[in-house]
Amino acid sequence: MLEIKGLSVSVAGKEILKDFSLSVAAGEVHAIMGPNGSGKSTLSYVLAGREGYDITAGSVLYRGQDLFALEPEMRAREGLFLAFQYPVEIPGVGSATFLKTAVNAIRKHRGEKEYDAMEFLKVMREKRDALGISEEMMRRTLNVGFSGGEKKRNEILQMALLEPYLAVLDETDSGLDIDALKVAADGINALRSPERAMIVITHYQRLLEYVVPDYVHVLADGRVVRSGGKELALELEEKGYSGFTGNAEAAA
Amino acid sequence: MATNTETARTVEALSEQRYKYGFVTDIEADSAPPGLNEEIVRFISAKKGEPEWLLDWRLRAYHRWMETAEDTPSWAHLDYPEIDYQASSYYSAPLRDEDRPKSLDEIDPELLKTYEKLGIPLQEQEMLSGVAVDAVFDSVSVATTFKSKLAELGVIFCSLSEAVAEHPELVQKYLGSVVPYADNYFATLNSAVFTDGSFVYIPKGVRCPMELSTYFRINAANTGQFERTLIIADEGSYVSYLEGCTAPMRDENQLHAAVVELVAFDDAEIKYSTVQNWYPGDENGKGGIFNFVTKRGACRGRNSKISWTQVETGSAITWKYPSCLLLGDGSSGEFYSIAITNNCQQADTGTKMIHVGKNTKSRIVSKGVSAGRANQTYRGLVRVQGKADNARNHTQCDSLLIGEQCGAHTVPYIESRNASAQLEHEATTSKISEDQLFYCRQRGIAEEEAVALIVNGFCREVLQELPMEFAVEAQKLVAISLEGSVG
Repeated sequence: MLEIKGLSVSVAGKEILKDFSLSVAAGEVHAIMGPNGSGKSTLSYVLAGREGYDITAGSVLYRGQDLFALEPEMRAREGLFLAFQYPVEIPGVGSATFLKTAVNAIRKHRGEKEYDAMEFLKVMREKRDALGISEEMMRRTLNVGFSGGEKKRNEILQMALLEPYLAVLDETDSGLDIDALKVAADGINALRSPERAMIVITHYQRLLEYVVPDYVHVLADGRVVRSGGKELALELEEKGYSGFTGNAEAAA
Repeated sequence: MATNTETARTVEALSEQRYKYGFVTDIEADSAPPGLNEEIVRFISAKKGEPEWLLDWRLRAYHRWMETAEDTPSWAHLDYPEIDYQASSYYSAPLRDEDRPKSLDEIDPELLKTYEKLGIPLQEQEMLSGVAVDAVFDSVSVATTFKSKLAELGVIFCSLSEAVAEHPELVQKYLGSVVPYADNYFATLNSAVFTDGSFVYIPKGVRCPMELSTYFRINAANTGQFERTLIIADEGSYVSYLEGCTAPMRDENQLHAAVVELVAFDDAEIKYSTVQNWYPGDENGKGGIFNFVTKRGACRGRNSKISWTQVETGSAITWKYPSCLLLGDGSSGEFYSIAITNNCQQADTGTKMIHVGKNTKSRIVSKGVSAGRANQTYRGLVRVQGKADNARNHTQCDSLLIGEQCGAHTVPYIESRNASAQLEHEATTSKISEDQLFYCRQRGIAEEEAVALIVNGFCREVLQELPMEFAVEAQKLVAISLEGSVG
């Protein structure tokens, strides 16, 4: 599904990711944990194709294609989805309108028939009910005046509707209380499937109690310093990041 | 900055697409020779078989215009070459008078084809949307539909020429009563040489059951367009009027100076919506329509209301300030505007709300989108006269900039001579952010479509003021302008 090899990325001359490698197969859920500034969000933006990141070394193969050869919208249409840590507000654009435009762009790319308004509302209703998203919320302007929880649930609704092969969830748990976290986690778990891979980026172990990963990678100072199974998250919770960062420095 | 290069690239990529409605219909034109003199004014009047009083009025306007020939308004933030008024022809009709069609069946198939290209086939409109169409094609009305239905209600909807012949008392009473022939340079020119336009009269207590609509086309080369429209809503009546335009591709600059006058009596309401999509000129500013328009409505009666909604995406030069004279106590005026300029387009547009009566209200919502090297100015006047107790105005001016070379300016004039007035003014200027574009693209939406989506969102408050029939068209137009001109 995804093969990242020796990836180095800098922003404005400062190296953020250093010789980063990761291999993700279909059906797997990988958690990437790390302290602030370790490069977690950079990884998600680089995968999604945001401008402003200089790729100085390495390669990324996504479903057999050179990921960096694809424009951001093509990556999305090819099934790469990023759940934003800070979903963007677009004043005046109705949430449902935005979603329909996105879903149809992807359906068109896949050679599927585009939904008309009625068909789309029906599909959306099923998905949003499961996430406890009200019809009223969908009538509001995209992300404007949404609470933190509403924004994150809206990201998961988008993921459910766009049916990606690879979903990157960037700190989906940040800013959520425990109830909102459970709803979000249920939404994510419902989308786990043998065809779909997920990269769950998080600061805390909390989310991983609900979305149980197959692998956990600890990122510190732009490098993977430890990889392991789900138990690694617990170890991290006990010891804190400092121990790991120390190890990284010792190794270097 | 990444944002700037990103959006600049978008604009560049999108600007390459050409004006979609650039085609010319070949219809035998019956034109006056180029130039403007008293003979031409008499020719136009004679051609239309006008009564003496109207010829006199035209001539008064003509002489006034000659006297003030040096007084072209220069206060607008517009830069364009001097117009050679003697190079234009001031009359052009698609068919000779005796061949004027009596119904749709007699319409030149070329013309019907033109409408089809524009997506507004008359017959389908008649059947599907219930919109009555008074199509103005090259200055002379060639098709009027639904007339009999409207006649049952006493509604008069016809060309102004027809109204001069059949309802001279109404025309004589109201023509020039809101925009006098000496009002301003372009209105004076229009008064001398206006060719045709629409006339609407809604009798007391009648709610016009359908949207009245006119589609304008500029078609013959070197022919200035001088439309003149007059709408009168008698006590307790209501009418919604739609005006939409698009033009074939041309290299020469075409002068357009229209006048629209609205009169609303006690408890009457007029809603006037415009979608303007004339040829804006090419990427380098060559060609395009010069659009100098005077639109004004007089709320003469108590609790009367006039609402202007405009979507201005075309023309090389736009000079237009649809205004309301709030004379009657409790009357209200509204101005909702979307103006989109790209490449070398320039627009200086806004409104005037003149509060004269007590308890008068006005609301202004202006959305300007500027891209390419375009320059745009919102220019608005809110004036509260001494006797206008408790006048209220709310003004909101938002500008959206796309790219680095365009400009947006806001020039609000606020004059209050009454201490009880409550006037509010809000203004914002923003850019499409890289974050917004990236978010859309990450959802599979192409850059071009993302820009269209964001701009449509920015304009939403105004778009939702448009009647249903127009809203869809206007949204498409915003998208088309974005593909072809905004980015």
